Amino acid sequence: MSVPFYVSPEQLMRDKADFARKGIARGRSVVVVQYEGGIAFVAENPSRALHKISELYDRIGFAAVGKYNEFESLRVAGVRLADLRGYSYDRTDVTGRSLANAYAQTLGTIFTETAKPYEVELIVAEVGPASSDDQIYRLMFDGSVSDEQGHVAMGGSAEAINAALAQGWRTDMPREEAIRLAVDVLSAHGDESPRALGASDLEVAVLERQRPRRCFVRLDSDVLSDILSG
Amino acid sequence: MTSPSGLPRAFGLTGSASFAEFLATLHPDRLPAASTAQGATAPHGTTIVALRTADGVVMAGDRRATMGNVIAQHDIEKVFAADEFSVIGIAGTAGLAVELVRLFQVELEHYEKIEGVPLSLDGKANRLASMLRGQLGLAMQGLAVVPLLAGYDTARRTGRIFSYDVTGGRYEEHDFHAVGSGSAFARGSMKKLYRADASTSDAVRVALEALYDAADDDSATGGPDLARGIYPVVAVADSQGARILTEDEVGPDVERIVADRRTRQDGGTS
Repeated sequence: MSVPFYVSPEQLMRDKADFARKGIARGRSVVVVQYEGGIAFVAENPSRALHKISELYDRIGFAAVGKYNEFESLRVAGVRLADLRGYSYDRTDVTGRSLANAYAQTLGTIFTETAKPYEVELIVAEVGPASSDDQIYRLMFDGSVSDEQGHVAMGGSAEAINAALAQGWRTDMPREEAIRLAVDVLSAHGDESPRALGASDLEVAVLERQRPRRCFVRLDSDVLSDILSG
Repeated sequence: MTSPSGLPRAFGLTGSASFAEFLATLHPDRLPAASTAQGATAPHGTTIVALRTADGVVMAGDRRATMGNVIAQHDIEKVFAADEFSVIGIAGTAGLAVELVRLFQVELEHYEKIEGVPLSLDGKANRLASMLRGQLGLAMQGLAVVPLLAGYDTARRTGRIFSYDVTGGRYEEHDFHAVGSGSAFARGSMKKLYRADASTSDAVRVALEALYDAADDDSATGGPDLARGIYPVVAVADSQGARILTEDEVGPDVERIVADRRTRQDGGTS
């Protein structure tokens, strides 16, 4: 009988984490920024059909980077969980925190128990009645969660983009300015060399605080072109 | 709802975009159902009318729920926005009907979120038919729910109305329709007042007249209650979307109808 080689748990986890990081770094970045009237999601995504940004519930949005099939199954699971909870209890009982928790548990289990970890990073953002109530959760491939304030980027060049965002972002920016900032940092740091990103290269959606029920709105390319040229 | 090791397997399965099917596999106990058949003692809702206009559709429902000979509620709401472009009204066992509408609303929104595009109006109408078929057992016990679906068809750019029977049969109505115990009187009224090219505000007036006539002759349909300020619920669906009119929008029309009928039984409309 052949004896398998011993691999220390530290080594195993490190290898898995490196594998997941590499997969995520290959993808284009997503930026989430808070503005005066809500939260904006900006992704570099030339596809009109395969979304990186989506609605989870009335006041909760979802953004992801990494492998499409993996984050898509997580997105569907999140929509199911949110709708099931809202139907079983009440619409107000669906919270970003509970969804972020469910994702954290799921990603954590997949990371430790399966041979191949998910190569994804997620953001779950909930818009509150006032900007101080907004919540942005960033979830890593291993299930770790961080509660972000104001702005966050994930994907290939997340570090450089986050640094640039921290420079340009301030509280209570108008919507147009916040989206322009997100697009600017994506164009400047999203790839090895700066390039121009037009409306057709971007997927943008917002959670608008003042909307009565479903706050999630996708901005079509006409609206987006106006904002970018403004 | 979440196990210590993450979401249950059912959440991650590749399945249909139907919330009702998902609920039936995971929590069948949470589907609309009644444990014991007590048809006569469960509150019932009554008259709903819908008509097509030049721009879309108008739907209106009275506010009375009855329980045998007793008025169970004076201000029940039986007309709802189903989603962005459709409205639904319900007659029959109130508890089940309201629950069915709630499930239908989640069903439409769930599909839209999972698939990224809303269902077509025909798709919504068919989905409602199959949900009603699931209620057939209850209907046979006297707990029937009869909905009326109306909406703006964004592909055909026109308003459309769908009626149902308790077995889930789906029928498209061309001009106007009414369901519930007062529906025969309401239909008679609309037959005389309906104009295919009516504007939304004219159609709202026709719908209110029809409900007034239904309440006149059907004990289970409530007329406008001016003393309490309880008016019929009126919903409109057109290219701008579906919305429920506010009491301030409906109130003046209702008061005019009541005033006009003091002098002429036909309300002076013909």
